Amino acid sequence: MRANDGVDLDVSWRQVHALLGENGAGKSTLMNIVYGLLRPDSGEILFDGKPVDLHSPLDAIRLGIGMVHQHFMLIPPLTVAENIVLGHEVANRGVMDLTESSHKVEQLSERFGLQVDPRERIAELSVGLQQRVEILKALYRGARLLILDEPTAVLTPQEIEGLFTIVRALVAEGKAVIFITHKLAEVSEVADVITVMRRGRVVGTTTPKESKSADLARMMVGRTVLLRVEKSPAKPGAQVLKVDNLVVLDDRRHVAVDNLSLDVRVGEIFGVAGVEGNGQNELIDALMGLRSIRAGKVQVDGREISNLSTHARLKGGLGLIPPDRHRMGVVLELSVADNLVLDDFDHPPFARWLVRQFNAIRDYAVKLIKTFDIRLQSPDQPVGSLSGGNQQKLVVARQLGTLPKLLIAGQPTRGVDVGSIEFIHRQIVSERDRGLAVLLVSSELDEVLSLSDRIGVLYRGRIVAVLDAEGADRDRIGLLMAGAS
Amino acid sequence: MAGWRRWLLSAVLVPLVSVICGFAVGAIAIVAAGADPLMAYSALFAGAFTNHNALAETLVSTTPYVLLGLAVAIGFRAGLFNIGAEGQFYIGSLSGVFVAYSIRGLPGIVEVPLAMIAGMLGGALWASIAGALKARFGAHEVITTIMLNYVSFLVASYLVDTPGLMLARNVSTPRTPDIDAGAVLPNLIPGSRLHLGFVLALLAVPIVWFLIERTTIGFRLRAVGFNQNAARAAGMSVGRTIVLTMALSGALAGAAGIVQILGVNFHMTDTVAAGYGFDAIAVALLARSNPWGVLPAALLFGALHNGASFMQLETQVSADLISIVQASVIIFVAAPAIVGWLFRLRRAPTETVAITQREVDAPTT
Amino acid sequence: MSEFLQQLDPVSLLSITLITATPLTLAALGGMMCERSGVVNIALEGIMLTGAFIGYAVAFFTHNLWIGVAAAVLSGMIIASLHAVLSISLLVDQIVSGMVINIMAVGITGVFYRTYLESATSAGPGTLPHWNVPVLSSIPVIGPIFFENQFVTYAMLVLILVVHFVLFRTVWGLRTRACGEHPRAAETAGINVHFVRYVNVITSGALAGLGGAYFSLQQIGNFLPNMTGGRGYIALAAMIFGKWTPVGAFGASLLFSGSDQIGSRMQSVFHVQIPLQFLGMLPYLLTIVVLAGAMGRAIAPAAVGRPYKKE
Repeated sequence: MRANDGVDLDVSWRQVHALLGENGAGKSTLMNIVYGLLRPDSGEILFDGKPVDLHSPLDAIRLGIGMVHQHFMLIPPLTVAENIVLGHEVANRGVMDLTESSHKVEQLSERFGLQVDPRERIAELSVGLQQRVEILKALYRGARLLILDEPTAVLTPQEIEGLFTIVRALVAEGKAVIFITHKLAEVSEVADVITVMRRGRVVGTTTPKESKSADLARMMVGRTVLLRVEKSPAKPGAQVLKVDNLVVLDDRRHVAVDNLSLDVRVGEIFGVAGVEGNGQNELIDALMGLRSIRAGKVQVDGREISNLSTHARLKGGLGLIPPDRHRMGVVLELSVADNLVLDDFDHPPFARWLVRQFNAIRDYAVKLIKTFDIRLQSPDQPVGSLSGGNQQKLVVARQLGTLPKLLIAGQPTRGVDVGSIEFIHRQIVSERDRGLAVLLVSSELDEVLSLSDRIGVLYRGRIVAVLDAEGADRDRIGLLMAGAS
Repeated sequence: MAGWRRWLLSAVLVPLVSVICGFAVGAIAIVAAGADPLMAYSALFAGAFTNHNALAETLVSTTPYVLLGLAVAIGFRAGLFNIGAEGQFYIGSLSGVFVAYSIRGLPGIVEVPLAMIAGMLGGALWASIAGALKARFGAHEVITTIMLNYVSFLVASYLVDTPGLMLARNVSTPRTPDIDAGAVLPNLIPGSRLHLGFVLALLAVPIVWFLIERTTIGFRLRAVGFNQNAARAAGMSVGRTIVLTMALSGALAGAAGIVQILGVNFHMTDTVAAGYGFDAIAVALLARSNPWGVLPAALLFGALHNGASFMQLETQVSADLISIVQASVIIFVAAPAIVGWLFRLRRAPTETVAITQREVDAPTT
Repeated sequence: MSEFLQQLDPVSLLSITLITATPLTLAALGGMMCERSGVVNIALEGIMLTGAFIGYAVAFFTHNLWIGVAAAVLSGMIIASLHAVLSISLLVDQIVSGMVINIMAVGITGVFYRTYLESATSAGPGTLPHWNVPVLSSIPVIGPIFFENQFVTYAMLVLILVVHFVLFRTVWGLRTRACGEHPRAAETAGINVHFVRYVNVITSGALAGLGGAYFSLQQIGNFLPNMTGGRGYIALAAMIFGKWTPVGAFGASLLFSGSDQIGSRMQSVFHVQIPLQFLGMLPYLLTIVVLAGAMGRAIAPAAVGRPYKKE
């Protein structure tokens, strides 16, 4: 597979260079090459005008290239100082000098205005602080070129502002920053130069002044984006889902969903907007019985379901599009047909007693594959051999195929090509028109805006406002997502 | 066509080459021990197949390997590494032998199934402990089954050594009473020790295959083995599947134990630890966790086991040599990169053999 | 009362406990170095058995116990490097690789013992000498327990401190822990994960190999097939029960070896009939209890058991 194909990129000192592209456009692959984690099949990299050969991150670090990965490369049980000096330890004949390490870290954090306590364990820090540690780690290694890979994905709006301040300060010091993102708004705000990538190729390089957001969007996706999903006004009916004062803890036993209440009615799409990490995943898990709830009530059709198993909820008319497809949505090693009956395999007609009925499974699979336009060679091929878009269509097909009354759609189009996005959106809307209640949870504000009938803004585990999608103000929602009251 | 060739490579060629390489490594050890590999191996072969009754004896040794190999293979399919087959073997023997010597005078058609059920139940319950610990607390089954193996040896030793429990009266070495005549598995070939248990083991192969590939239980088990999170999101109970898989695995291991009692030993002694657990894993690895593959793999191990003593007698090469052969075979099976390199395949498979799912998840309730 | 104390003989009880804890502690320290870097080591049993055999064989033929000890350590390192190659470079499942070592060790020691040593008639090399540390050994109670020992026991006491220091105070230790917790993060920090793991796996072989020398060269001055008798697995239990820390593993080893000693004295002194089998189960049951999280959660290095593949 070619993730990068004939890419040219020029980055100058004292500049924030944004690398803009959809998920899977090849941005991260390119940066992993620059950081020595991957080797290019051909082409060369020039640094300070000289060609360089990067075999490992160590080579990159030596040159002064630092990278903050999308998934932080921090070791939770170790301290801030230990994480920062790792690989470049302050030591005396192999024995760590922890006092001096802490001291150096303190100096560095003062110089760049990045306050952290060097003695704290990473596991105890908030995500925003962890990112600071990552930046400090790169600076400690003498980074002159800093690569930030999707740095805002997990930050709150305030934290994002803080990050932009830091980025500007770094550039003012003479450093260069590569800022990888797929969010248009950020690019216009922070970048000096913008390079847009699509399908492993550079589409063009421009500046925020030359190109407006709409132009950038067109460059990103290759054609004019359908900003609004075509749909008729909703005709909401009876209440299907009712959530009252729900409290859910996350894996670290912190409150992730905090006294959350919402309701979804027949024939409407209720969109939950919010920055990732504000309790979305915990909310979905709790509604599906994948995570126990601490307090509150969850009712479907007026019936309390908090104590039901996931199995019982699925049988009771709930459908789930999990936010993380590979982790929760499909079993890559099993066949397409097996995946299409993954939550309904043990009932007639797919099984009699304990014996699976392969003819019935296959017939059903062929039908869904056709209806949902899943492109493949055979229903018997493993799901892992399908493209991301087709895998996601499969997940959607499985859920809508059981004709649920409530669909919980978590990031239903993440990592999916534009064609599949449109298809999935159309499917969801047409099921809504047939009376399906949909709870859409997405961190893509545009998706929420274009698909929803009502919008709830999620901030720190609470729904802070519920708005009508018709005429909803994008900026106002943005402010609410940021916690402004 | 391509799929068929890949299957041939992974299911037939790699194991076959691995076995040949294993014997080659063994030959080096024989030379180092100052003996002639050809003579040693021909004695091994004679002891395993061509001597008087040797083939029957090899099949006797093969019997427990088939059941134990299936036990481990079924665990692998659900992503579970059951190192505890040996412990389940002993607990199955214990519970089975207790029934088999306690009941008296019933026809075999009643006594044998009763003893078998007791043995399988014992093994299943013992294995479920490890399953429950994993499902409830996330305790890794490799470590808990190793620990439970030793506990089972000591339980066996305690029960068999203690008067008033399972110790027989008037015996010179500690052992249980003999089983009732009705519980003895009938002989297949007069004059040999080959017993009905071999047929039972053969029958277990298609049954286990059907269970894994054709039933909803098997589907659930495989889905959990591949991706616990997706299985859970699809409404499967991961914890229950883990416990059930361990129970099935333990039932097969327990069956191996009680079949050995009813067909070969007729009582149980307190000397344990025959290394069955590791051999069972080796059989399952060689079989690539495929129930049908367990048959030839078990036959190989049965033959090695049975031929080794004759080889030692004839050529003075220690019977422990077969451990070297076995270890080497597993190396070649488990490291496909080596065999690929031997075959000078253009693209040697570099992927790790996915045996178990290593993801340690939060407790699954 | 004094008669009772005399019968119980706490000093010799503690002394024997410390001595029999020696191989457990050494192997547990080895397992710890290995697992802290992210490689599971269930091969401790096989490494110890190999060390016991090679140590004895070399001492037998060179008539020198010290060369024997060195050979035990070296053989442990060699067989551990097989584990390293298989599990780190060839990406073999670490449990399978460890199992291979255990089976291989039985085969190698069995075959060569039969060929070269079983029927040997000349005198064996004897056992390692007892060294009484001047002055310290005359301290009552403590002296006879700690300062009248043989080499492997002294080495064990020193190595507990060394391993603790290395793991928690040195650059190597930091890198080792980083590789065991989050190898990818370690690599992005410029650390060669495979190198760190190789060195740690081989070090674990040296430690367990020395533990093997205890059986043949310190305890009885002879080799017997399978003489380690599952002690490698008790060491694994001690490492887990000690929560992957050197001092904890030492404490666990003392507890496990002490329970054996106490069991036998229970019968002679208190005339209490606790079946020995129940005391024997203690290490295994306690380890299961710890794994179940009943005594504070045992937290294994996060990445242990996972092969690390560069992308």
